[in-house]
Amino acid sequence: MQDIFQLAYWIPLLPLLGALLNGLGRNHLNRTLSGLVGSATVLGSFVLSLLIFFQVKAGQSGVVHYFDFIRVGSFSIPFAFQIDALSSLFLLIITGVGFLIHVYSTAYMHHEEPAHFARYFAYLNLFVFSMLLLVLGSNYVILFMGWEGVGLCSYLLIGYWFKNPAYTAAANKAFIMNRIGDLAFLVALFWIITKSGVVGFQEFFAFVQQHQFTDRFTATDITVITVLFFIGATGKSAQLPLYTWLPDAMAGPTPVSALIHAATMVTAGIYLIARSNMLYSLAPHTLHLISWVGLMTALLAASIAVAQNDIKKVLAYSTVSQLGFMFLALGTGAYAAAVFHVMTHAFFKALLFLGSGSVIHAMGGEQDIRNMGGLSKKLRVTYITFLIGCIAIAGVPPFSGFFSKDAILLSVFLHSPIQYALALLAALLTAFYMFRLLFLTFSGRFRGTQEQLHHLHESPLAMTLPLVVLAVLSIVGGWVGIPAALVPDAEALHHFLSPVIPVLTHAVSHETEYALMALSTGLVLVMIGAAWMRYRNYQPGTPANAFINLLENKWYVDELYQKIIVQPFYVLAGWLRAIVEAKGIDGLVNGVGRAVQYSARQLRLVQSGQVGLYVLLMVLSMAIMLLIQFFIRK
Amino acid sequence: MIALLIVLIPLLGGIFSFGTRANKKAADLVFMLFTAGLLTLTLLGLTIFNDPTLYRFSAPWLSSLGSSFSLLLDPLAKVLCLLTALVYFLLALYMNGKSVQKPAAFYGWLLLAQAGMMGVFLATDGLLFYFCWELALIPMYFLSSIWGGARRIAVTFKFFIYTFLGSVLMLAGLIYLQSQTPDQSFALSALLKVKLSTAQQSWLLWLFLPAFAIKLPLFPFHTWQPDTYEEAPTPVTAVLSAVMVKMGVLGLLRWLLPFFPLAAYQWGDVIMGLAVGGIVYASLIAWRQDDLKRLVAYSSIAHIGLMGAAAFAANLASLQGLCFQLFAHGINILGMWLVVDVIERNLGTRKISELGGLASHSPALTFFTIIIALANIALPLTNGFVGELLMFTGLLATKSNFAWVLTVTAGLGIILSAVYTLGMIRSVFFGESNAVTSRPINLSIQEQLVLIVIVVMILVFGIYPQPMLDVTAGYTDQLFRQIDISYLFRKF
Repeated sequence: MQDIFQLAYWIPLLPLLGALLNGLGRNHLNRTLSGLVGSATVLGSFVLSLLIFFQVKAGQSGVVHYFDFIRVGSFSIPFAFQIDALSSLFLLIITGVGFLIHVYSTAYMHHEEPAHFARYFAYLNLFVFSMLLLVLGSNYVILFMGWEGVGLCSYLLIGYWFKNPAYTAAANKAFIMNRIGDLAFLVALFWIITKSGVVGFQEFFAFVQQHQFTDRFTATDITVITVLFFIGATGKSAQLPLYTWLPDAMAGPTPVSALIHAATMVTAGIYLIARSNMLYSLAPHTLHLISWVGLMTALLAASIAVAQNDIKKVLAYSTVSQLGFMFLALGTGAYAAAVFHVMTHAFFKALLFLGSGSVIHAMGGEQDIRNMGGLSKKLRVTYITFLIGCIAIAGVPPFSGFFSKDAILLSVFLHSPIQYALALLAALLTAFYMFRLLFLTFSGRFRGTQEQLHHLHESPLAMTLPLVVLAVLSIVGGWVGIPAALVPDAEALHHFLSPVIPVLTHAVSHETEYALMALSTGLVLVMIGAAWMRYRNYQPGTPANAFINLLENKWYVDELYQKIIVQPFYVLAGWLRAIVEAKGIDGLVNGVGRAVQYSARQLRLVQSGQVGLYVLLMVLSMAIMLLIQFFIRK
Repeated sequence: MIALLIVLIPLLGGIFSFGTRANKKAADLVFMLFTAGLLTLTLLGLTIFNDPTLYRFSAPWLSSLGSSFSLLLDPLAKVLCLLTALVYFLLALYMNGKSVQKPAAFYGWLLLAQAGMMGVFLATDGLLFYFCWELALIPMYFLSSIWGGARRIAVTFKFFIYTFLGSVLMLAGLIYLQSQTPDQSFALSALLKVKLSTAQQSWLLWLFLPAFAIKLPLFPFHTWQPDTYEEAPTPVTAVLSAVMVKMGVLGLLRWLLPFFPLAAYQWGDVIMGLAVGGIVYASLIAWRQDDLKRLVAYSSIAHIGLMGAAAFAANLASLQGLCFQLFAHGINILGMWLVVDVIERNLGTRKISELGGLASHSPALTFFTIIIALANIALPLTNGFVGELLMFTGLLATKSNFAWVLTVTAGLGIILSAVYTLGMIRSVFFGESNAVTSRPINLSIQEQLVLIVIVVMILVFGIYPQPMLDVTAGYTDQLFRQIDISYLFRKF
């Protein structure tokens, strides 16, 4: 049954066609048609992805080769797709969540003019295409095409409202910070090509298998490549030190934040490392680095999220923090747990973002949670689904987040008790800030204007339906990864992924697992209680202390980067332009010229100084020389 | 025969064009017909009439000096001739109906320059090469100094003297080489057989290099370029940067590296270091430009820097990437210049600080510009990516202890190109429109057609580059054997 694999190219092609149709026909399509084209193409991809998923589940996998992208001598980069457990799982997440968000967008973006509405869907479809290319590619070059493609779409969508300078600044910042990571990715790619002469995952891993720790592929090579790929991942997946673009990326429309900046694109870095897990398992130092960077990012972002007042900013820092958890998992070698968390996080974070979109929609564009409150009565569906999302991300059983976070915490616990303690702290902060957000938004008294209160309404079906679907997934989505300690014949996801990611065998007793689960669940409930005590009846005007101010200002990291990196380069560039270029190099050239001119002036009785005349003479003399030659010969 | 026609058609066209007097319509027609004819011929020559005997032409010429009028359409020349013919045709389409002072002379000089450049690409005789090299320069001098901006006289004078100086040194080198051949011949094949010690190669290399380094231009020989690009009329700038700089690359590949491979290896680190340093240098300066033309000019220096480094990296990947990039860069930078020209013609300024918010009223132009800009920053699936991927790979694989330093330094250009290109897009196209930019720019049919062709080529060669790579595959393989240091030592 390889036939369905041959059709795999339609999965990215459909959204690409949608993007072309919407992009080129944007002046001729009405909103209904644009939305239909955008959503239907992604739905088509989803159906195909489902078919492929079941084939893979039945034990099929393979590489489908289409054509040679680049061939130079014996080196070739095929345009080929890899279909296996890892890619098919990502296909489902991308097209499934992607479809829901397209449907949601048809209602959320409805106030846009038709041409811009079509442009929005063109970008969104193009994003889905790039993301699918990223996970389908069978080699690092195709992966990189998708990698840069999603960066481009992210740039286009953050700056979708291009008249606002702050938004386009955020778009540029996102693209450029991603590019810093991309340079590292590229150098790793060149390194691989130079050392092995292949770029395909299978070929390269086979090469490494054969030559690891020999002269052809030394330990240094492994470390360099793994670290560089990780740096690339810190850009795309918003980790220290390249995470600051993601909170700014909230300038884009909210469904974009849900799809790109929460559920899919930002998990590309995790995909890259999970895909290369064979390589990373040979690089213990890199793994150590990854675990610490992930952990520090999780803590830092969680601490910032505690003091943010913009509903989307809280969710953005929460995303950075959750991504940190995923990297922590990767760093401890629990690749499957990281992928598991990618999946559950896609469900509940997309849900939370779309929920926040529904709130913003109802509040007429208001994003400050200090001006909300008491929305639970008016927005029933949004409230209940948002609550489910909060419980899921906080990690309360049996919601999905509990199982994936539990898998990560267990792996960390076995790895290092200190890291476990810190990771648990980050998890507790998560529960706290999420429920702070929930209570400030939905509980207590309404703190907005009378006009906002008057307009409060539940969102239309096209928006609430995706919320409900995602809420269901946020509850049951974790059940595919229930640990063996709880039910027999468990960890379905790990077994599904086992052809790509070897299954870890824990040497840990069920009693320890129970104790860890009880500990984290108990503490999470305490944190939720604390948030309830503090924020269920929030009154504005509570004075903030210095520490909260520091958190609210995001530890001043943006200002620091501006001072120590951007400004110096900007000044250097100005100095090069004004001094080195104008006075130095060009000055030298002109100086030589002037010296020559001066001496020429002494001879000017002989020469007119007209270049035109010289040239004319030169051409004439050459022509005459030619003619003479021809005539003499004949 | 085809080789000869490729030179003759623009030459005749140039002469013909001077005869159309000041009639713009007639001049437009002549320019269009001759460029279209040449493009058709080149395309036919590459596809249907791909008979090698048609690619060669030789006639006696200055035989007393050991020179002959020999042309050869080899794969490198194919790429460059096709590029030149295409760029000229697109320019003809674009210029059709636009006002130009003294159109007959303007097009006449442009066509003569084309003839000269075609000669440079095709010549397999040292003296003929030099002759065409100068012949291509002279029309450029007139075009810039008659039709240019306010500072045109001083700037063009510098441009002319600078490039002329370089080529005189090259002539001296050529004459020395000729004197070393057994039968005092300027033929490329004879010159290649001259046995040279490493020391001889070394000083000869430095006689030849300035001519090419100035033409490209490579840092620090570049200061004529931003001034000239800024002052020259934009179609001329387009020819200069899309096609004429390729004379420098061709010089390196055909007239320098195969002659002096040992010296090229010996000096490789220095030259690649300069080229790669130039990438960072020019990119940083591009970031601080307010004039769109100067920004594109410095961006071009950065791109050319990578191409220069790739030539000296001297391996299969870098050479293939370079040959691909010759074509891709020509198309992309032509697109950039046309966009700048459209903006300047419609809004009367090209100062970034005076523009802004074009996207609101000129969505079509914005769409084209963004795709061209993405090719300029070498985004995958655009043609800019393919060449850079291969050149970077080649740079890391080059036989130098500093290969990774060179690669990472050059890689900074990847980041910086995004900084200045997206910065420009943001300042010019995004934001609220102002008094200047609230006038919508409606692209004419010709302008749309030209931009569509450019965008289609960007995407087609970005998605399916192999046919283009196949054109030069055999050539680069042979060149690689001529210049690669390990091959050379195997031979000795």
